[in-house]
Amino acid sequence: MQAKTAKKTSAFSGVNRIRVSDLVIALVILLLSLTCILPFIHVTAKSVSSNTAVMSKSVYLWPKGLNFDAYVSIFRDGQLTHSMLYTVLVTLLFTVIGMFITICAAYPLSIRGLKGRPVFAFILMFTMYFSAGLIPEYLLYKDLGLLNTMWVLVLPLCFAPYNMLIMRSFLASTIPESLYEAAKLDGASHIQTLTRIVLPLSKPILATLSLFYAVGRWNAYADAKYYITAKSLQPLQYLLSNMVLNSGNDAISLAESAAADTTPEVLQAATIMFATLPIIMIYPFVQKYFVKGAMIGAVKG
Amino acid sequence: MAQKGVGRRDLRARKLQVYLKNNWQLYALLVIPIAFVIIFKYAAYPGMRIAFMNYKPAKGFDGSPWVGLETFEKVFKDKSFHTALRNSLVFNFLDLIVGFPVPIILALLLNELRFDRYKKVSQTILYLPHFLSWPIIASVMLTLFKPETGLVNVALMNLGIIDKGIPFLTEKWHWAVSYLLIGVWQNMGWGSIIYLAAITGIDGQLYEAATIDGAGRWRKIWNVTLPCIRGTMVTLLIMNLGRVMGSNFERLDAFGNVQVKDFQYQLAIYIYEKGLAGGNFSRATAVGLFQSLVGLILVLASDRVAKKLGEDGLL
Repeated sequence: MQAKTAKKTSAFSGVNRIRVSDLVIALVILLLSLTCILPFIHVTAKSVSSNTAVMSKSVYLWPKGLNFDAYVSIFRDGQLTHSMLYTVLVTLLFTVIGMFITICAAYPLSIRGLKGRPVFAFILMFTMYFSAGLIPEYLLYKDLGLLNTMWVLVLPLCFAPYNMLIMRSFLASTIPESLYEAAKLDGASHIQTLTRIVLPLSKPILATLSLFYAVGRWNAYADAKYYITAKSLQPLQYLLSNMVLNSGNDAISLAESAAADTTPEVLQAATIMFATLPIIMIYPFVQKYFVKGAMIGAVKG
Repeated sequence: MAQKGVGRRDLRARKLQVYLKNNWQLYALLVIPIAFVIIFKYAAYPGMRIAFMNYKPAKGFDGSPWVGLETFEKVFKDKSFHTALRNSLVFNFLDLIVGFPVPIILALLLNELRFDRYKKVSQTILYLPHFLSWPIIASVMLTLFKPETGLVNVALMNLGIIDKGIPFLTEKWHWAVSYLLIGVWQNMGWGSIIYLAAITGIDGQLYEAATIDGAGRWRKIWNVTLPCIRGTMVTLLIMNLGRVMGSNFERLDAFGNVQVKDFQYQLAIYIYEKGLAGGNFSRATAVGLFQSLVGLILVLASDRVAKKLGEDGLL
């Protein structure tokens, strides 16, 4: 009787009482989860603590001498806020263009009878496995006049063959053949079928892939390092890496422009959190879409 | 005979015409992504020829002399290339060994976790590091692990476990371990999703049968769950083996510093420093070409092996 209440796919079935092993498992998961969240709590606490507390190394997970001076000086400095807005713009353009191209590729390739389908799929996916390499691509973007423009962060990477694969397998597995036939009988063209039937039915996957594109762009900075030297065109993550990691000139300039009441330590923590918070804030709400995408990608990736 | 042939060809041509008339919109859609990859990806392929030239940026493609395989010969004699290649292979291989089992174990644990709400929340938290950029992760880790002021060292010193800060990220052997473990940590939650999906697909009757046979929890994990996700495990392992040549520039760059150069110097860094930063375009291109080719061969080989073993390949 009790076996019925136990979860079907779990190795645990039978008695329905909590055993020691359940607690051990819960504890291990708790510890692992803590490693994922405590570092960020610590940095947050540091970013809103007073200098003296940070200097005396007494800030752990709770702020001491609560104040927001470091954030104020970030906003006053303006460099990071400008970069944030700029990165939002780049991310939006990247996502919209990327999705448009992905749909244009995935829809025809999901149609079974399409002549030449393997050839087109090969052309689109080959670049995923064999890239020309850094220097040839650098020279190409130079010839195209993309270096040191915002577009070098948008165009070269905004079509991801992997996302196209995910969308294609979603379409092939969820849209029944009969729908296409019905649309054909009603005299709908392929593009009408796409915009009126297929896309409205694919909202979950569209959300998922848009998020994949957006997060990918938001987090990437190698291309900015390769192709952009103008400071005003650098995305947020690149700026962060310059300020905190390479402790180059940027770190000093921000520290100098800040009033003497914030030490680099506090300012660094605030800079890190400034770049992290946007993701952490939207993440809980969009997380389920990512998981969906990962599952579809796993079926045939 | 001849007339019949022409007729047949006619018929075929007409069929094609009808087909195109009905389906031209699909091809029109396809033109957009294909034009895109041609302009931004394939157009770079001819540039790979500078691996066989002594390319001088000032002289351009036409003014630079062909040198055959000379650049490759130089590269293979180059000591720093050997270092970079060795580091790439060793670290990627270690990444694979250390990183492969962790998501599986985590998926098994999560699957056995019986408190549903708790499970959901912890999953959300465990996936989080995957969504943060390498500069964020590296700077957070640096804040935590600084020898003098980092939380971990301060806590250990206050507890009296150590009396001098440990240079987790600023001494090469410590760095190697930290770098690997941070990589595992960053990916464990996300990596477990695939296995959790595979576990969900297992037939519940198998567990019932095992229960009737008197199997306990661990026995069922060992004899039911693990064998049932073996396919997923094998596929992922082989696919990861195929990627053993590639290295993530951002991860290396974010964790790089002068003290750990010996280990951090991997192919991606070599190409960037010799090429874009150092201006030696031909050499960087040659190494890039070498890396791309070996990478492609490895991916193809691993796909073959996966399919031979009766699993889904990648291609």
